[in-house]
Amino acid sequence: MGRIVGLEGSFAVAEAVRMVNADVIAAYPITPQTHIVERLAEMVANGELDAEFICVESEHSAMSACVGASAAGARVFTCSAGQGLELMHEVLYIPSSMRLPVVAVAANRALSAPLSVWCDHSDAMSLRDIGWIQMFAENNQQAFDLTVCAYRMAEEVLFPAMVHIDGFYLSHVIEDMELPAEEDVRDFIPDYEHPFVLDPDKPVSMGCYAPPFIYPETKKAQEVDFEATKQKILKTWEEFGRIFGRYYSPVELYRMEDARIALLVMGSLSETAMLAVDEMRDAGEAVGLIRLRLWRPFPFAELRAAVKDIELLVVLDRAISFGMGGPVCSEVRSALYNLVERPPVIGFIGGLGGRDISVAEFRYMIKRARERVNAGEEREDKPELIGIRE
Amino acid sequence: MSEEILFIPREVTTEENFAPGHRACIGCGEALAVRLVCKALGKNVIIVTATGCIEIISSLLPQTSWRVPWIHTLFENVAAVVSGIESAYKARIRKGKIPSKGVKFVGFAGDGGTSDIGIQALSGAMERGHDFLYVCFDNEAYMNTGIQRSSATPYGAWTTTAPVGEKRPLGQMTWKKNMPEIAVAHRIPYVATACPSYPFDLMDKVRRGLDMAGPAYIHVFSPCPTGWRCRPDISVELGRLAVETGIFPLYEVVNGEYHLSIDLPELRPVREYFKHQGRFRHLSDDVIEEIQARVEADYKRLREKAGLE
Repeated sequence: MGRIVGLEGSFAVAEAVRMVNADVIAAYPITPQTHIVERLAEMVANGELDAEFICVESEHSAMSACVGASAAGARVFTCSAGQGLELMHEVLYIPSSMRLPVVAVAANRALSAPLSVWCDHSDAMSLRDIGWIQMFAENNQQAFDLTVCAYRMAEEVLFPAMVHIDGFYLSHVIEDMELPAEEDVRDFIPDYEHPFVLDPDKPVSMGCYAPPFIYPETKKAQEVDFEATKQKILKTWEEFGRIFGRYYSPVELYRMEDARIALLVMGSLSETAMLAVDEMRDAGEAVGLIRLRLWRPFPFAELRAAVKDIELLVVLDRAISFGMGGPVCSEVRSALYNLVERPPVIGFIGGLGGRDISVAEFRYMIKRARERVNAGEEREDKPELIGIRE
Repeated sequence: MSEEILFIPREVTTEENFAPGHRACIGCGEALAVRLVCKALGKNVIIVTATGCIEIISSLLPQTSWRVPWIHTLFENVAAVVSGIESAYKARIRKGKIPSKGVKFVGFAGDGGTSDIGIQALSGAMERGHDFLYVCFDNEAYMNTGIQRSSATPYGAWTTTAPVGEKRPLGQMTWKKNMPEIAVAHRIPYVATACPSYPFDLMDKVRRGLDMAGPAYIHVFSPCPTGWRCRPDISVELGRLAVETGIFPLYEVVNGEYHLSIDLPELRPVREYFKHQGRFRHLSDDVIEEIQARVEADYKRLREKAGLE
């Protein structure tokens, strides 16, 4: 049986890594990820977790060490944020292409310059194409649950998996959550054997060189297999729900029954958005909330099903693609474009560099989006940056 | 222990763990060095290789020259990948997931992958004390991308990014970074320089570095006829000349103690080494004298460290 505890998001992640019995952790400290590595280092020092903790000299080496350890058959973990993920960027493509089930947590943080250690999704958006399973947590319970699930998914499909938790909003906030019994987690994440490991008894060459006559085939194979991870992701969440009583899905809906307008957000903002939806519902407005839980592979079918009956979709991005708009909004639009009937999609950008977004601002977004559609401006793609002091 | 000879001709294995049929240029000193290193390593190793000549000549999909487990990921992260593999074995053996088989962990990189872009990862791995051997195959420039200068390119050498021009007639205008000394500064148990022109010395050093607990670093001078603009049949001779002129002395540093593998009572003039190579063709007598003086001073300093002066 699990128990209810008050845990910081970072400690929740560390508990997940301990319970899955990771073999190798390689990490470099960066705010706001530090509490995760500090807690893990403490667990290793105290003997609560039997793992090699490699205090690498950079995030680039953190992911490189994870790649090496995973290729040697170990269950690995790393975590980073903002600039750290950017420095790690080059290496992030490797485990996906080499089919290594590395698991990482990103404590999402804004990107320099100017320097900001606070939360937004700029770092996550630069990782869209790395070929990892990527999920966004909205509270500490999910930070724990999704980290556990990430191991199951990654090891079943032999692709890396990343859990995004909002820096500070989750990493540094203590919340009530249920910590499952360790043996239940161990049963859910059994020991695994990678079919091809670096072992002198069975030599393999990994990471070879591919000229044009063979490179595209390797990429096709990767894409076909990556698309196929979806079924295993769904199966993992279904089984997790059966055992632990909490069910996840790629697109999660809140008060979407008979909704005419939907908000779409990712990460911790959805908890504030839920309050806003409640208020608007109380005021008689048919507003609902769509939360993208699974970011890669992108949940096309689930998203299309979620918006089929609504009149207006309002997407809030926590990042800017300069000269383009909000990255999530762009992807949502493109996912809906080929539908014969689709709602107008109005994008907003907010919450950059740790700026809070209030319930009132969510209400404002709905109001503004409605005004823009009524004024026939829905085809103007320019997103409005909210909460900016002019 | 440094005096001990581990390899003699008839006892060197005929087994090739770096298989023939790879795509190296003719006369490649690096491929020869890798072949000899692999003979000394034996079968019970895992090799990590940086992006560079050795990786592209040996691993063209769907073929491979490697008869031992081998992995390449990126250019600058060899030492970090080795750290991960070594840690994985350590943890999994301790946790009873795999038996202890005495597997050894080895990183290969070129001079660019070691003394430029990979130096941070290497420094980190040496500082952390992982049990591994790192071999730098130094051909003194980025040969794989077409002879661009690195920090290991010698003073006065022509390269495509340190060309010889009217305004800048020297070529490379900086002195070669002393990577073995940087390794020594990490106070790791074993550092050595070697050259495939001295195959038994090279193999002995590989074995000693491998058997030493903790990090070991071997810097292997690897003549490159393509990049050095010389005849492909003189790679071995050039290696000998580099040693005999004092340009690349062979030595070991075992737990901080220096030992010259070959002590030369008298150095041959550097000019004898330069004259075979197009990359030094433009050097004036003044510059050659300047280099000669520097080589002699460096050699004297090395002999002092070895307690010979």
